[in-house]
Amino acid sequence: MLDALTPADWTAIALSLRVASVAALASLPFGVAVAMLLARGRFPGRSLVDALVHLPLVMPPVVTGYLLLLAFGRKGPVGALLARLFGIVLAFRWTGAALAAAIMGFPLMVRAIRLSLDAVDPKLEQAAATLGANRLAIFATVTLPLALPGILAGLVLSFARALGEFGATITFVGNIPGATQTIPSAIYTDIQTPGGDIAALRLTAISVAIAFVALIASDTLSRRAARRAIGR
Amino acid sequence: MSLVIDVEKRQGEFQLAARFEAGGGVTALFGRSGSGKTTLVNLIAGLARPDTGTIRVGDTVLFDAARGIDVPVHLRAVGYVFQDGRLFPHLSVKANLLYGTRFGRRGGRDGKLDEIAALLDIAPLLARRPADLSGGEKQRVAIGRALLSEPQLLLMDEPLAALDAARKAEILPYIERLRDETRLPLVYVSHAEDEVARLADTLVLLAGGKVIAAGAVNDVFGRLDLGVYSGRFEAGTVLTARIVAQDAEAGITALHHAAGSLGVPRLPGAPGAMVRLRVRARDVALAVGEPGNISIRNRLAATVTEIGKAQGPAVDVRLAVGGDVLVARVTNGAVAALGLAVGTPVIALIKATAFDAAD
Repeated sequence: MLDALTPADWTAIALSLRVASVAALASLPFGVAVAMLLARGRFPGRSLVDALVHLPLVMPPVVTGYLLLLAFGRKGPVGALLARLFGIVLAFRWTGAALAAAIMGFPLMVRAIRLSLDAVDPKLEQAAATLGANRLAIFATVTLPLALPGILAGLVLSFARALGEFGATITFVGNIPGATQTIPSAIYTDIQTPGGDIAALRLTAISVAIAFVALIASDTLSRRAARRAIGR
Repeated sequence: MSLVIDVEKRQGEFQLAARFEAGGGVTALFGRSGSGKTTLVNLIAGLARPDTGTIRVGDTVLFDAARGIDVPVHLRAVGYVFQDGRLFPHLSVKANLLYGTRFGRRGGRDGKLDEIAALLDIAPLLARRPADLSGGEKQRVAIGRALLSEPQLLLMDEPLAALDAARKAEILPYIERLRDETRLPLVYVSHAEDEVARLADTLVLLAGGKVIAAGAVNDVFGRLDLGVYSGRFEAGTVLTARIVAQDAEAGITALHHAAGSLGVPRLPGAPGAMVRLRVRARDVALAVGEPGNISIRNRLAATVTEIGKAQGPAVDVRLAVGGDVLVARVTNGAVAALGLAVGTPVIALIKATAFDAAD
């Protein structure tokens, strides 16, 4: 079946994997930080931050994509600044696709990490403090390792969400083969093309396979991490 | 090394106002649950903040509201053994033990690991995970972990409360060893008077957030007016005696006490070792003059120092026995019949089987 894939298919697959990996990994530090803030922080406006993080989950993806275009497009305030200062252009580039995917996956990632942070017993952190660990050391040696299963789960959820991202991506960076055409965008194009059914089916099968492998890998990983965390 | 506490802390309806000083050795914080014991150790550890007052360990000021001093938890050289152990589940026993040494706040060294592991008999457990340990093993590891962080003061919050009697008996000797072999000052929270009697030098009796009495264990245990504050507190005192001989066949350990010789159910220890015996007031009988041919063989020469207030038919009589204090609970009728008064020389009779069995 792999023989049947055309070079165009491979391009879309490679791009999708790259976009999803970069989106998940690059947003991880922010995900952990925001989850920590929401799980432990006591500050005014906490529910506002919470709502903001969850916004992409409930807004139509096309709205998220359009807002990204307005902000990060060549003429958008942030996009213009990035282009002028660092020469970074996101609109209609694969990096833009990664940004869109990261933002769409962010609520899922933060949720999973926050749940596992909530499950970490603060009494263990107190014990670490009495043994001489400062806040940073407690976070690195107690909180983070114990929350690892949830962090891995969040990473995989974000990756999976990124693979499926379509609406925000196509609105923000378009559907350019080789640059921004991920698997969903390619399937969309194939379906729009007369006689493209077979091509669409091929990529559909690939999508199902990738999702399946990702889910099994995540399950195995978090189960192993959970075993380690409780010391079995 | 001295511990100076003078703190106030309000928690909802509960008001803690505690002031006491303790020297080295083991200081027991004793009282019913809800008397403020745990709050007090949390204040010493820095896990909670007093509303006002001072906390000093030796020359180190840990907290002083007036001077704005509040040393953060991780910088206080105060070890803490929690009731629930709190071992890190994701680390091996060895990594748990060494946890405090990596911060090097007091030059902690791995070299002490062997020494501490030997003291607590935990060397065979090093490769295991906390989840695979028994309750008693967990507490020993928790004690070792606190010791290896090289504290100036060790807090133990009812470290045996979550364990059954057999496990308690397994751990107590280690805490005694800790007391005798390290010179670390210990604050030991408990509501079990047998533990306090075995371990403590200084006793701080807490009730309703206030210090009711503080002083040497026998001075406090021997006071006749404190029973009401301690609830289940069973009046009794501690005798310190030296092992003279072990009679394995009869199952008896012969002891020497300044006021006479004693025979008790077998206690561990070589001849020459000092032991502490807890004697309940209700197990002590009194005789004026030679008691004659009776089964009670433990007879100590004593002098009445105080006669308490009658509680129903019973009255507590405080005695001086060769430097120790003993309390006898007898009937009002007996006090009258024997003509007991302060200064009366008496013989204190204690049944051998009244001593807690060796554990």
